[in-house]
Amino acid sequence: MKYVSEFRQGRLASGLIEKIKRSSHTPVNFMEFCGSHTVSIFRYGIRQVLPETVSTLSGPGCPICVTSNVDLDKAIALARTPNVIMASFGDVLRVPGSFTSLQAVRAEGADVRVIYSAIDALQIARDNPTRQVVLLGIGFETTAPTIAASIMQAKQEDLNNFSVLSWHKLSPPAMKSLLDAGDVAIDGLICPGHVSIITGSQAWEFIARDYGIPCVVAGFEPLDILQCVDMLVTQVENGEAKVEIAYTRGVQHAGNTVAQKLMKRVFEPCFAQWRGIGAIPGSGLKLREEFSKFDAEQVFDIAPGPTREPKGCICGEVLRGVKTPIDCPLFAGACTPENPVGACMVSSEGSCFTYYLYGGKNA
Amino acid sequence: MCVAIPALIRSIDNDLAQVEIGGITQQTNLQLCPQAKVGDYVIVHTGYAISILDQEEARETLKLFESIARVAAEEENCR
Repeated sequence: MKYVSEFRQGRLASGLIEKIKRSSHTPVNFMEFCGSHTVSIFRYGIRQVLPETVSTLSGPGCPICVTSNVDLDKAIALARTPNVIMASFGDVLRVPGSFTSLQAVRAEGADVRVIYSAIDALQIARDNPTRQVVLLGIGFETTAPTIAASIMQAKQEDLNNFSVLSWHKLSPPAMKSLLDAGDVAIDGLICPGHVSIITGSQAWEFIARDYGIPCVVAGFEPLDILQCVDMLVTQVENGEAKVEIAYTRGVQHAGNTVAQKLMKRVFEPCFAQWRGIGAIPGSGLKLREEFSKFDAEQVFDIAPGPTREPKGCICGEVLRGVKTPIDCPLFAGACTPENPVGACMVSSEGSCFTYYLYGGKNA
Repeated sequence: MCVAIPALIRSIDNDLAQVEIGGITQQTNLQLCPQAKVGDYVIVHTGYAISILDQEEARETLKLFESIARVAAEEENCR
């Protein structure tokens, strides 16, 4: 595929790896915020080709993993509500809430449908005018504008049976919260490429400025990640901390201003509960009052009951980068992709799933 | 969740574009990239184009990688 395969060439990777090996002297720990980066790093064996001085660490950038049980239980309760069609991106279905999952309630008869795009949810609403369609709005800045666009479309069409349960989260406040907690030492941040397409690289400037941590925005092909690591190593060795882009074909400093405006028009920041991290002010997105007709929290009276966390699961510490999946007593034993205990083993970009898929206990 | 891939715009009808991804034609919404034109590559996420791929920057990046690989190969030969 054009603009994909070119960035996977082994010959060019060798050059970048050599360059990193030559320039890296200081031992460093780089965090990749984004779960899709974790997947690429494992899929292409990038950890194995980096010099011993360079370690990478998974961050909290997996929207499904950081969704709290409180929110999952709400979705499950909503899916069980008569006359409701729940439209969801696929990975969410298998994530266990406190007592059950969307997949399990679907097997019991709830109408839960897997969608590829918010556009599909709109179509389901048009096709089922006597039913209430609830779109599970999950994702970071990459996805939020697409959900905002669907809400604007619903308003334009005056759809009366479409609403969104907004779990959207913002990446920079989560990174700030991790750094303020201070229990993980990071020498550089591999910034999320597709979040940054929307926010622009400017979103990470406070990390370089206030925390003195080098930041480089990366794409998701192996050469993109190697280029990012090279740029981070160079900053560390030169004693610099600034924001750079290793994905200039996609990301600009200011980001996608059309998407930013649309997001701001439909959503406003709110408190959000993150699994493992807790409540972070201004890190979630809720629908503005003007769009309350499309806000599932307003349309439905949702009472999911008490929540509980799975016993022994360390997803929270994994998401904070304090522990790795192999530190978990449940990993690859009681908790596997077939029978997941925690969210990080379900999502295709969860750290536990990725470790399991690409190496099991030897990852 | 944040997976997105480059797609070539073949035709545009209002907000909707027919795009080609690895030989497969698909429909993509252009509301978040209103300035995209036929012949552009856009980065597509869940059915929406979120960015126009800068083809010039892509070529420049690959040129840079070529020169890094050349230097690495020369140094290897000198050893």
